[in-house]
Amino acid sequence: MTPRIRRGVRLSHDAVRNTPVILHPEGVLIPNATASAVLALCDGERSLTEITDLLNARYADVRPEQIRDLLDRLADKQVVEWT
Amino acid sequence: MTNPKNAVPPLSLTAELTHRCPLHCPYCSNPLELLGRDSELDTAAWRDILTQAHEIGVLQIHFSGGEPLGRRDLAELIEHTAGLGAYANLVTSGLGLTESRLQSLVDAGLNHVQLSVQAADAATADRIAGTRAHHHKLIAADLIRRTGLPLSVNVVLHRENHDQLAAIIAFAEELGADRLELANTQYYGWALQNRSQLMPTAEQLAAAEPIVQDALLRLKGKMQIVYVIADYPEKYPKPCTYGWGARQITVAPDGTVLPCPAASAIRTLQLENVRERSLAEIWYESSSFNAYRGDDWMSDTCRTCDRRELDFGGCRCQAFLLTGDAAATDPVCHKSPDRGVVDLILAEPRRTGFVMRSPSR
Repeated sequence: MTPRIRRGVRLSHDAVRNTPVILHPEGVLIPNATASAVLALCDGERSLTEITDLLNARYADVRPEQIRDLLDRLADKQVVEWT
Repeated sequence: MTNPKNAVPPLSLTAELTHRCPLHCPYCSNPLELLGRDSELDTAAWRDILTQAHEIGVLQIHFSGGEPLGRRDLAELIEHTAGLGAYANLVTSGLGLTESRLQSLVDAGLNHVQLSVQAADAATADRIAGTRAHHHKLIAADLIRRTGLPLSVNVVLHRENHDQLAAIIAFAEELGADRLELANTQYYGWALQNRSQLMPTAEQLAAAEPIVQDALLRLKGKMQIVYVIADYPEKYPKPCTYGWGARQITVAPDGTVLPCPAASAIRTLQLENVRERSLAEIWYESSSFNAYRGDDWMSDTCRTCDRRELDFGGCRCQAFLLTGDAAATDPVCHKSPDRGVVDLILAEPRRTGFVMRSPSR
């Protein structure tokens, strides 16, 4: 399973709020640190497993189910899609 | 600068570039007194507004109108928006959208297009638009899809097109929409003028529910559907967006700054103009933006209600239009002492024959 950022969705940094932001057709979302780290790895090429491995190299105890849940929630919000 | 109501930075700005429009839809949300070309802000003024907006936290610009394609500087304004790092959304009827025009907007950095559709068939759609508009939608949607931009289709629902809801959904699929917004008419501007003619029957609203539910399931993951309900028959009011002066700014074609696109209806509001005061001062200090922030202004009905953080007392514009008091509980709420006003409107015999949107003389 490979997550991909949907068309029309942009990841950006907002200087006024000093936070990463997700800009999408319906509005603006402010991702937490975990979501930001995951989204930054969603290049449409890396699979869920590869993303989990990369995160595990940086953080302790990252489980694929956690990442899967987070991406499913972002998919519900039309930010990512599974390919 | 002071911030007496502890307002947070705004997130989005709707730039109503012009009131000019080739369509005459009887539910237009523009005010009845439409502004002419001679009162429109020039390019430099709009660029300055976009810059100011971004400086105070705006991340998303909705280019709207009227028909924003009627402005020759649209690409320049989109380019300016993209240069600021903000998201540029175009809200259009599709009339006047040629391949080269669209390409210039895409090259400028456009992120998303919302295309209005009036009905599922040309005869109905053109009657509602008051002009031959429908065939342009097919062309416009095709052009937009070929650029790879995401496409939303916006449809305003009312008594004249509610019965073709299933066909409208099928039409949006045919157009290749990523997202379909089906919005029951909300009664402001021209829509209020035509309320009796536009208001769907209870039977139509009941029939729509299963159609929408089926489509939501069938199209999940393929085309997102947003259904905006008719508020009059409801027990609780719709929220005042995310709260008055909480997230959004609207700038009218002449530079009037509004807390919401319908707010010019509230005659008691002292609206300010960006030609005279900075956007930051208007956002944080103006009486218009501070009027309904927080809950000090609320009636006891709202201030003691558990839902006040959810719906903020309902729509301020609707409260003013139906009761004459913008601080009143939205009369849609069953707790409102004015609920009888809404019930009377719902019970009225429905008139036919639209007053089409047209420039004031």
